[in-house]
Amino acid sequence: MKDVMIDVKSVSMRFNMASEKVDSIKEYMIKLAKHQLHFQSFSALKNVSFQVEKGEVFGIVGLNGSGKSTLLKVISGVMKPSEGSVKVSGTISPLIELGAGFDPDLTGRENIYLNGSLLGYSKHFIDSIYQDVVEFSELQDFIDMQIKNYSSGMQARLGFSIATVVKPQVLVCDEVLAVGDFKFQEKCEKRIRELMSGDTTVILVSHSIEQIRRLCTRVLWLEKGVVREIGETGPVCDRYIAAS
Amino acid sequence: MGRATIETFLRYKHLLLNLITRDLKVKYRRSVLGILWSFLNPILLMLVLSAVFSTIFRNDVEYFPVYLISGQTLFGFFSEATNGAMASVVGSSSLIKKVYVPKYIFPMEKALYAFVNLMFSMVAVAVIMLIFHPPISWTIILFPLPLISLLMFSMGLGMFLSAACVFFRDVQYLYSVVLTAWTYLTPLFYPIDMLKGSFIYTIVSLNPLTWYVTYFRNVVLYGIPPTLQQNLLCFGAGALALVLGTWFFKSLQDRFILHI
Repeated sequence: MKDVMIDVKSVSMRFNMASEKVDSIKEYMIKLAKHQLHFQSFSALKNVSFQVEKGEVFGIVGLNGSGKSTLLKVISGVMKPSEGSVKVSGTISPLIELGAGFDPDLTGRENIYLNGSLLGYSKHFIDSIYQDVVEFSELQDFIDMQIKNYSSGMQARLGFSIATVVKPQVLVCDEVLAVGDFKFQEKCEKRIRELMSGDTTVILVSHSIEQIRRLCTRVLWLEKGVVREIGETGPVCDRYIAAS
Repeated sequence: MGRATIETFLRYKHLLLNLITRDLKVKYRRSVLGILWSFLNPILLMLVLSAVFSTIFRNDVEYFPVYLISGQTLFGFFSEATNGAMASVVGSSSLIKKVYVPKYIFPMEKALYAFVNLMFSMVAVAVIMLIFHPPISWTIILFPLPLISLLMFSMGLGMFLSAACVFFRDVQYLYSVVLTAWTYLTPLFYPIDMLKGSFIYTIVSLNPLTWYVTYFRNVVLYGIPPTLQQNLLCFGAGALALVLGTWFFKSLQDRFILHI
């Protein structure tokens, strides 16, 4: 029995559609008067449970709106589940959207430091990995340029390099490997494989079934917030394709 | 609260520092004088105000320029810190939605950033004092005390505003009006004694900003040591704001994500 890195226990996530859209006092009063505040609840996740073991590459598939992104947000601690619990052992590095923490007015170099500290790294530590980040991103010539002048591909390359230069214990990726040209995509996949061999647990969400088949050891199929199937990559992917 | 909270804070203190340096860098990028503006701005503003208030509205405050710049820099800090903090959580929505970061970092950072700016403004206050040389007393070394207690007060209020702003964006518009009223109800460019006998005097003397500004002027300009009551009021108001603001923020922070 291997170590369990991520333990998701009967997690449900409910949104109150009516009150979530209110952001001014006027609207609030109107809805209050009309008794519309507490109706219309919507469950994005219903009683989801699974465990991910150390070193696994765990894929999540499902159509748009099936709750994949919500599940990732719950795992990475951005959202608290309405019911159930999530336990993650170890440090988690979110790749949910590359460059989320970039400031367009700062240079590439300054952004490496800012983004690194967002992931909880110290300045001293970032100093030590700085060269590797720049080399991997292949942005040596542009590193002192403001990020707002970067192309989106360049930004994504920098973001990916920062998130993966350290071996995090858990890496969460949401559709991020679809960035950059095919050469960089290959490089990203290689990096992910390296991380896998280095005991990193990876959670991967992708619409590219090809990619899931290539990389994942196990797959979770979500449908409208409910777990449809969990199991070996091949058979689950086949049935998912057949069903949709 | 407890050890885990402190550990998380230590882990993210570099983020706090990085965000403050980012704000400083971004603010003055592409301006020729750069950081010098933090020093020049209060002086220029003081010149305008003192021209207005010593010719149009006559008053007989001694060392009026020093009186003016000391009140104005303190209130300027308060306004910058609370306004910055108020918009901080909503403004960092793209981050909060994607990465786990302790959310109090954002209002806290804006208040500290404003405090760094205040330190530059203090240089301006010192220069004005050298020019108009009021008598200087030993009490001047106590000048950090009113500033620190004001920082506590501003940070607490900022936490409250930033959380309230997530749920009701109206808070921003309301607060800008409140802040304007607050400027006039603080003795920044008039002596408080001018109001004696009127009912506004009561309001002005109950206003915490009056306490901080008076404390600062007493030790810096008039050489009057602070009383125990003054210390209790200033630090008490600061601590109370900080505790209430943090409690309010903490009880709502898990729901931020759904509203930003």
